[in-house]
Amino acid sequence: MNNSMIIGQYVPAESVIHKMDPRSKIAIIFFFVLIVFFANSVMSYGLLTVFGVTAAASSKVPLRFIMKGLTPVWFLIIFTFLLHLIVTKEGDVLYNLLGWKIYEEGVVQGAAISLRFFLLILVTSLLTLTTTPIEITDAIEELLGPLKKIRFPVHELALMMSISLRFIPTLMQETEKISKAQASRGVDFRTGSFKDRLKAIVPLLVPLFVSAFKRAEELAMAMEARGYRGGEGRTKLRELKVGKVDFMIYALFLLVVIGLFLTRS
Amino acid sequence: MSHFPGNSQLSRGGEELEKNQIEFRNVSFRYHDEAPWVLRDVSFKIDADEWVAIIGHNGSGKSTIAKLMNGLLFPQEGEILVSGQKVEPDTIWDVRKQVGMVFQNPDNQFVGTTVRDDVAFGMENHGMPRELMVERIRESLQAVSMTDYERQEPHRLSGGQKQRVAIASVLAVSPKYIILDEATAMLDPKGRKEIMQTIRDVQGARNLSLITITHDLQEVTQADRVIVMNNGEVWMEGTPRDIFSEKDRLIDIGLDTPFISKLADELMNAGLTISREPLNHQELLEELWTLHSTK
Repeated sequence: MNNSMIIGQYVPAESVIHKMDPRSKIAIIFFFVLIVFFANSVMSYGLLTVFGVTAAASSKVPLRFIMKGLTPVWFLIIFTFLLHLIVTKEGDVLYNLLGWKIYEEGVVQGAAISLRFFLLILVTSLLTLTTTPIEITDAIEELLGPLKKIRFPVHELALMMSISLRFIPTLMQETEKISKAQASRGVDFRTGSFKDRLKAIVPLLVPLFVSAFKRAEELAMAMEARGYRGGEGRTKLRELKVGKVDFMIYALFLLVVIGLFLTRS
Repeated sequence: MSHFPGNSQLSRGGEELEKNQIEFRNVSFRYHDEAPWVLRDVSFKIDADEWVAIIGHNGSGKSTIAKLMNGLLFPQEGEILVSGQKVEPDTIWDVRKQVGMVFQNPDNQFVGTTVRDDVAFGMENHGMPRELMVERIRESLQAVSMTDYERQEPHRLSGGQKQRVAIASVLAVSPKYIILDEATAMLDPKGRKEIMQTIRDVQGARNLSLITITHDLQEVTQADRVIVMNNGEVWMEGTPRDIFSEKDRLIDIGLDTPFISKLADELMNAGLTISREPLNHQELLEELWTLHSTK
């Protein structure tokens, strides 16, 4: 098993974005996603693009990691662009390709929507690229805090997430062990039809589930022995702090929002 | 009249002693009504600063004893007192603060995503302030010499290291008693050695009662006192030397004796006189080289 395995997409680096409080990141991304839909002029799109690209650049995450996050959506971006190109029939005809008329408005709208997509994905993937899963969990616990009043099990949810994160590598190691053990008994995972290979998964999953349940039971006992009794009266070691960096980014983001509404047409 | 003050002094001394004791009073336990009894009328005491080993073959009830001490299970009959306090549903949170437990599987008791998070878990449960936690994490990791691994994730640690973290997590809450429930059973010889060394260091440095539950008889030789369980009953109680001089009876109930003990037996069969049951190589060596002068 690869020892340098990192869960999720987190890329460690020393940057302003990495230093931000995860709650601030989530909040800003949330509002960014909202305001992207308000952009309607070249200037406003330009402003948002500058913000998004600057954020990505200042994160010090190597470009290939950012591109990797975008790969699954490239198709979607290009597809929307083409769709607009074909469907929209407004404005001047720019080009006539064997009877297919491409209109000016189609190009403009296609480009705008694709850019929106691109910005959304870029900024949201920055969250997972610059924040460890456990930080995200803590942030979610904090942000959902008010829901405790309506008896929503916020603490339990966060603990479940953090325990899942902790056990992912353990269970992956175990999967590898079981698959080797079954392979040595003649289970063939690699060849055969799709149906055969699907069937070969069963002797892998059954022992994995059995052991996962056993682990869960033992873990519950160990947690209880260490005095766990739910979120009530519990203190926390990991703390989230909103610092100078966060306020600076808030201010910057506010300027972008104001700029956006000024440059809208 | 004159003996009264002295008497009250004595009883106060007795109470003081009881405050640092675990006591089982005629405890019987079974998992449900139709099940056979796992423990039958078990009584014993564990004193402050004492290292007690509980041994017995599988199903002798030794792990059940550990769970009863921590309030993970409750007896059907009899009572268990931890520091003079009865273990019952109302008191378990207090009891669990005093009785720390380390289990067998190193992976299945590691709750945190990193070493420091795991050490903090117990303290978080007991609502300790953050500054104290940071301090205690440092101290307890130092005690098990895992300071360099504070930010490590569990899947990068060996089994022995994980068990040392588990011990640190228990120490962080500063309990009075630590139970090791077959804590070395899943480790390789190196990990086992590490853990035993850690335990000896920790017990030497802090005033702790130590309860080790095991079927590794090598571990038992280091304890102050041994309780042998068989079929849910206390079968024998005494110092390791006393216990191992009853080799034949131990083998009868399915326990194996340490190699040194067997060797000493063979030597005696061969006609050498060995005055006392040796517990380790050193002691056997002493016996052998003084053989002529003691004859």
